Amino acid sequence: MTSELDIFVGNTTLIDEDVYRLWLDGYSVGDAVALRVRSGILEQTGATAAVLQSDTMDHYRTFHMLERLLHAPPKLLHQLIYQIPPSRQALLIERYYAFDEAFVREVLGKKLSKGTKKDLDDISTKTGITLKSCRRQFDNFKRVFKVVEEMRGSLVDNIQQHFLLSDRLARDYAAIVFFANNRFETGKKKLQYLSFGDFAFCAELMIQNWTLGAVDSQVDDMDMDLDKEFLQDLKELKVLVADKDLLDLHKSLVCTALRGKLGVFSEMEANFKNLSRGLVNVATKLTHNKDVRDLFVDLVEKFVEPCRSDHWPLSDVRLFLNQYSASVHSLDGFR
Amino acid sequence: MPGKLKVKIVAGRHLPVMDRASDLTDAFVEVKFGNTTFKTDVYPKSLNPQWNSEWFKFEVDDEDLQDEPLQITVLDHDTYSANDAIGKVYIDIDPLLYSEAATVISGWFPIYDTIHGIRGEINVVVKVDLFNDLNRFRQSSCGVKFFCTTSIPKCYRAVIIHGFVEELVVNEDPEYQWIDRIRTPRASNEARQRLISLMSGELQRKIGLKVLEMRGNAVVGYLQCFDLEGESGLVVRAIGTACTLDKLSSPAAFLPACNSPSKEMKEIPFNEDPNPNTHSSGPSTPLKNQTYSFSPSKSYSRQSSSSDTDLSLTPKTGMGSGSAGKEGGPFKALLRQQTQSALEQREFPFFTLTAFPPGFLVHVGGVVSARSVKLLDRIHNPDEPETRDAWWAEIRQEIKSHAKALGCHAVVGYSESTSICEEVCILSASGTAAVLNPRFLQDGTVEGCLEQRLEENLPAGCGFCHIPYDELNMPFPAHLTYCYNCRKQKVPDVLFTTIDLPTDATVIGKGCLIQARLCRLKKKAQAEANATAISNLLPFMEYEVHTQLMNKLKLKGMNALFGLRIQITVGENMLMGLASATGVYLAALPTPGGIQIAGKTPNDGSYEQHISHMQKKINDTIAKNKELYEINPPEISEEIIGSPIPEPRQRSRLLRSQSESSDEVTELDLSHGKKDAFVLEIDDTDAMEDVHSLLTDVPPPSGFYSCNTEIMPGINNWTSEIQMFTSVRVIRLSSLNLTNQALNKNFNDLCENLLKSLYFKLRSMIPCCLCHVNFTVSLPEDELIQVTVTAVAITFDKNQALQTTKAHVEKSLQRASTDNEELLQFPLELCSDSLPSHPFPPAKEHLESASSNSGIPAAQRATSVDYSSFADRCSSWIELIKLKAQTIRRGSIKTTVTVEKTSPMGEGNFRNRSAAPCANSTVGVVKMTPLSFIPGAKITKYLGIINMFFIRETTSLREEGGVSGFLHAFIAEVFAMVRAHVAALGGNAVVSYIMKQCVFMENPNKNQAQCLINVSGDAVVFARESELEVVSTQQPAANCQPACTGGEVTT
Repeated sequence: MTSELDIFVGNTTLIDEDVYRLWLDGYSVGDAVALRVRSGILEQTGATAAVLQSDTMDHYRTFHMLERLLHAPPKLLHQLIYQIPPSRQALLIERYYAFDEAFVREVLGKKLSKGTKKDLDDISTKTGITLKSCRRQFDNFKRVFKVVEEMRGSLVDNIQQHFLLSDRLARDYAAIVFFANNRFETGKKKLQYLSFGDFAFCAELMIQNWTLGAVDSQVDDMDMDLDKEFLQDLKELKVLVADKDLLDLHKSLVCTALRGKLGVFSEMEANFKNLSRGLVNVATKLTHNKDVRDLFVDLVEKFVEPCRSDHWPLSDVRLFLNQYSASVHSLDGFR
Repeated sequence: MPGKLKVKIVAGRHLPVMDRASDLTDAFVEVKFGNTTFKTDVYPKSLNPQWNSEWFKFEVDDEDLQDEPLQITVLDHDTYSANDAIGKVYIDIDPLLYSEAATVISGWFPIYDTIHGIRGEINVVVKVDLFNDLNRFRQSSCGVKFFCTTSIPKCYRAVIIHGFVEELVVNEDPEYQWIDRIRTPRASNEARQRLISLMSGELQRKIGLKVLEMRGNAVVGYLQCFDLEGESGLVVRAIGTACTLDKLSSPAAFLPACNSPSKEMKEIPFNEDPNPNTHSSGPSTPLKNQTYSFSPSKSYSRQSSSSDTDLSLTPKTGMGSGSAGKEGGPFKALLRQQTQSALEQREFPFFTLTAFPPGFLVHVGGVVSARSVKLLDRIHNPDEPETRDAWWAEIRQEIKSHAKALGCHAVVGYSESTSICEEVCILSASGTAAVLNPRFLQDGTVEGCLEQRLEENLPAGCGFCHIPYDELNMPFPAHLTYCYNCRKQKVPDVLFTTIDLPTDATVIGKGCLIQARLCRLKKKAQAEANATAISNLLPFMEYEVHTQLMNKLKLKGMNALFGLRIQITVGENMLMGLASATGVYLAALPTPGGIQIAGKTPNDGSYEQHISHMQKKINDTIAKNKELYEINPPEISEEIIGSPIPEPRQRSRLLRSQSESSDEVTELDLSHGKKDAFVLEIDDTDAMEDVHSLLTDVPPPSGFYSCNTEIMPGINNWTSEIQMFTSVRVIRLSSLNLTNQALNKNFNDLCENLLKSLYFKLRSMIPCCLCHVNFTVSLPEDELIQVTVTAVAITFDKNQALQTTKAHVEKSLQRASTDNEELLQFPLELCSDSLPSHPFPPAKEHLESASSNSGIPAAQRATSVDYSSFADRCSSWIELIKLKAQTIRRGSIKTTVTVEKTSPMGEGNFRNRSAAPCANSTVGVVKMTPLSFIPGAKITKYLGIINMFFIRETTSLREEGGVSGFLHAFIAEVFAMVRAHVAALGGNAVVSYIMKQCVFMENPNKNQAQCLINVSGDAVVFARESELEVVSTQQPAANCQPACTGGEVTT
C-alpha cells in the first residue's frame, strides 16, 4: 500500500510556523521530519511518523506554491487563491525575507550576479547554512535590488512599499542594496570583525548624507548612487593636509578643544597628522570607483587600525572625530 | 424579450505574460451571452489593463437568462497570428433574476483556464433589468429560490412544505464525441464545462417550474448530481423539497394560493394517530433494508402486499418522464388529497430535509434504503423512453414501500447517489422512514397546535424514538422496551437514521463519528455477468456494514446513529462499502448491552484464554469509551421499566404470511434483535478479523471530537473559529493477488490514517470538533482507492458552561411567528409555534431524565449473529433478473453553459464589494462551511445557490508537482472561484457547502492528469452576533468591513 496522492486544502490556508522555518532553512522533507521528530512532537500529540511525514509534505507543497507569490508580496495580498489572515501573510513575508547574519556578511557589497550565485556552494559550506536557504536569501537580495534599482524616492520606502517588509527589515535591505550597488568591499580579513549591523549603520548615514537623495529628492536612483558632485567636492579637502599651515592650525584647534577630555590625548597629538592625512586621502580618492569600493578597507587601515594600536576607547574616537570635523569650519576657506 | 442584461468590463490584474518579447500582454475581452458577442478594445502592453468598457447590453428571454451563463473570455491580441485565449469566467446571472435579490454582481473574478488554472483576475459589473410579464405561459421559473441547506433556511419560515421534486436531464458527453479526437483538450474541456452548466441551468429551471405548479416558491435541500456515464452519456439529476417560504422579517408576506386543498385536509383526521395512547408497541429495527434488484422492470414483485396496494394507487407515469410537473401530476393529486392519504398518495412522500421545525417529526421508524444494479447501454437510442427516470422511479417506489412496512408514511433525510464503473451502475437511495405530524396543522390555529404539541411532547425529547409500527405486526424482529424517558411508549433498542439529531432530543454525553469500512473483491467480468456478480455481493456487504456499525456502536456504549450514510462504490475488481454516522446515547432508548465473544472450539485451553483476553479488552474499551464520551446514564431498576416485551418472532411471521410475496426486507434480520446478549461468535479467522478491526479504531486525541451531522450532540458552546477543508488521498494497492482481509486492512488504515492526519493538522484549534465529516470513496483504477473528505473544524469553549439551551432558543425563535389563518395544503405544513423559547430546554430535560430515568444494568440484551445461516437466507433473498438498461435520450445541446448556478433570494440591495473598489485593501474573507449555520453569527440574507463545475487538465504533471501538487492547486483554485463569486454577489460566506464530485484521473507515463470537481452551496451574508447587537440596523455592512479592510500586511 503506497500513498499516491495525499493532500489537505483548507479554506483558510494552514501555516505551521515551525515547518515554515524548516522549509526556509532549506531542509528536505526527510530532514524536516527527522528534526520534528526530535522536537518531541510525536509524544506531545500522539501522532505517528507517517502522519508527520504527510503533514510536512503538505506544508512544503503549500509553501512551494506560495513562494511564487512571496516573490512579489503585494500579490500575496491581492491574490484570491489562498485565503490567509493578514497577520499570517505578514509573518510569511517577513520570514521569507529574513536572512542569516552569517550569510549576508558573505555577500554584502558583492555584485548580485550569476557569478556570485555560483559561489553560494562555498558560502554554504563555510557558514553551515543549507545551499537552498543561501539561494533563497541571495535571490531575495537580487530581487529587491532589481525592483528598487531605478526607482525614485526613498530607498527604504520603496522597499517597504514593494515588499511589505517591516521597517527594520526594509532598512536592512536598503543597506544591502546600497552596498551591492556601490560594491563596497566588506569581505577582506581586516573587515571580518565588523558585523552586518555595523555596515548597515554606515549605509544609513551614507544614504542620508552622501547620495543624490540627500540634496534632491526627485532623481532616479537617488538613494543608491553616491553624489558625484559631492565626491568631487571632497577633493578640495586635500588642502587640509597639503597646506602645512592649515594642518597645524587644524591640529591646534582640535588639541585645544580636546585637551583634558581625551584619555589618549598624547597619542592623538602625536598621531594627528597621520590620522588626518589618512582620512583626507580616503576622502579625496573617492572619485575613483576602485577607491570607493575600498572605502571601508582604507578607513580601517588608515584610521581604525592606528587608533586601535594606541588603544583608543570608542568614546575618545567619537570625541576626536566630532572635534576634527567641527574645527574645520573655523578654518579659512571652510567657513 | 423580458430582460436586458448589462455587462461592464472594468479592469484586469495579474494577467500572465503572453508576449515573451516584451514580457507584457495586449489583452482584450469578449463578452458572450447566448449568441451575441461583444468585445472590448485592446489594452496594449499591460498586465493590469484598465478597459473601463461601455455597458454591453443583451436583450434576452428570461428562459435564456435562467439557462445560460454569461461567458467572459480574456484574450491576448496578436496582430499576425490567432489571438491567444488567456482564460474564461462564467458568471451565473440567476441571482439577479429574483426580485428580492441583489441588482448587481460586481467584483474580481479569477480568470480560469482548464489547462493553466487561474491566470489573473478580471473586474466585472453585471446588471439585469427584468420586465414584468409574469402571467403568460411560462417556460421559465424565475424567482424560485434554491437552497442546498437541508433544513429551513435560517432567515425564513416555512409556510408549507410541499414535498419532493425531482428532475433529470441527459445528454451526450462531449468528451466521448467523435469531434473530441480532433479538437484540443482545452476546447473539449470547455465544451464539457459549458454543457454541464447549461444542463444544470435547464434542470434548475425545470425543477423551478414544478415548484411553481405546486404553488411553492422555493426548493430546500436541493441536491444536484452528475453521472458521468462515459460513452453512454451524461446525466444531470436533482432532487429537493418544494416549500413555500416566508421571509421572517416580513411576516405579512404573500400567501400562496393554496387554500383549497387544505380545507379538505382539515376534515379528515390523520389515520396514523400520533397520539401516544393509541399506539401499540412493537419491536424495532434500526435498518429497514434494501432489496437488490438487478432488474428495472420486475423488482416490484418483491414488494410486500401492503406496498403493492400502495403502488397501485400511485400514478407511476407521472414521475418517470420528468414531465410530471408539467402534467400537473403531483399538484392535481394533491388537490384530491386529504391528510394522510394526501401524503400516501403523493408519488413520493419524500423530504430531502435532515432537520425539521419543532413538532414536525413525530416518530422515526428507521433507515430505509434501496439499491439497484443497472447496465448502461453503449448505444444511444434516443427514441427509447427515459430509462434513467424509470430506474429512479423504481428505486423510489421501493423506498416508499419499505417505509410503509415500517408503519411510516413518509421518508425524511432522503438522498440518492450512484456509483459507476465502466458500464455498470449502482443506483442507491436511502432515507429515514418517519411519521410526520399532520395534526397540529389541521386547525390552523396556533393555540390548537401548541396545546396539542405540549400534550404530545410531554415526554420531551423522546417522542420521535417511539416506534411507529404496530407491535403485533412488526416488519422484523426487534427488541422493544418501554421508553426510558416517558415510560409509556415502546422504543427499539437501537435507532438508525439518516437525519440530524432532532433539537429536542435528550442525549446523554457526547456523540462520535462511527464508520464501517468494508471491501470485497470481485472477479473482473463483462456486462451482465459483472452486474450479476455485483448484485450477489451487495446484500453481504450491506449486512456486514450493518454488523460493523452495530458492533462499533455497542463498543462506544451508544444506542443510536444519526446522519447514517452508506456508500457502496463499484470498481473493476472490487466493491467498497463505507458507512459513516454519528453515534449518540439517546436517553429514551435502553442502555446498550455489552459485546460477548463466544468461541466455537471450547476445548482448547489457550484458545479460551485468548477469547477471554479479547473479551476483557472489549469490556475495557467500552468502559473507556463511556468515560470518554461522558455517557453515564442514571441507573434505574428493572421494575420501573417493566418487563421486556415478549418474543417478537412469532409476530414477524404473522407479517410474512400476510405478504406472501415474501418480503425479503422482513427476512433480513439486521437488527439481531432476538437474544439478550450481543454475542460475537468467533468461529473463523474472518470473525477474528472483525473483532480485531473493532479494536483498532483509535479514538480522536483529547480535545477533539468528530461527527458527520451538523453539530456535535452534547456540545453547544461553539466559538467562532471555523476551518473548512478538503483532504484527498489515493493509495495504490501493492499486490495483485489481494485477499479480502488485506484489502479491508488497507482500506481501514487509509481511513484511520486520514483521520489521524486531520487531527494532527488541526491540533492548533483544540478544543475543537470536526463536524459534517463527509467521506467519499471512489475507485478510479484497478489498484487505486481514492478517499475524499470534506469537513469543518469548529472550536468550542471547554470552560464555558454548556449553554445547551441557546441553540434551541435561537431555533425556535427563528421558527416563531405563525400565521394563524394560514390554511394548509396538507399535513406537512409546518406549524411554527410562536413561543419565544423552546418549551423544553434541553438542560431541563436532562435533569428531568436524570431524575426519572431508568437504566438497565448493563445487562444482557439483544442479539446474536449467526454467520453461517445468513448466507443461505441471502440467496433466497435476491432475485436476479437480468435486464439491459436502456440508453438515455439525447437532450438538446445548446452552445453556452453556466459554470455556476445560483438562484436569487433575500432582500435589499446591500452589496459588499470591498474587494473590488478599495485597491489597497486585502481580499475580503469568505467563509465556507458544510454546515447550514455559522457559529457565533447570524445569517441575514441568502443570495442564491452556488453550483459550479470545473475541469482541470495538465500535460506537465511532473512540473506541477506531481499528482499531489496538481490536485492541491486545483482544489485551492476551486475554493478561490467559489469565494470570488460569493464576494461578487455581496456575500461573505458559503453555507451547506458540498463537494459533490471529485473525479481524478492520471496518466503518469504520459505526464498527464485530469480532474473534475463539482461543488455547491448557498451564498449568504452573515453578521457576527456581537456586532448585530451593536449595530442592528445596518446588518451586513458592519460585519464585512473589518474583515475586508483587514489592512496592510506591513508590520
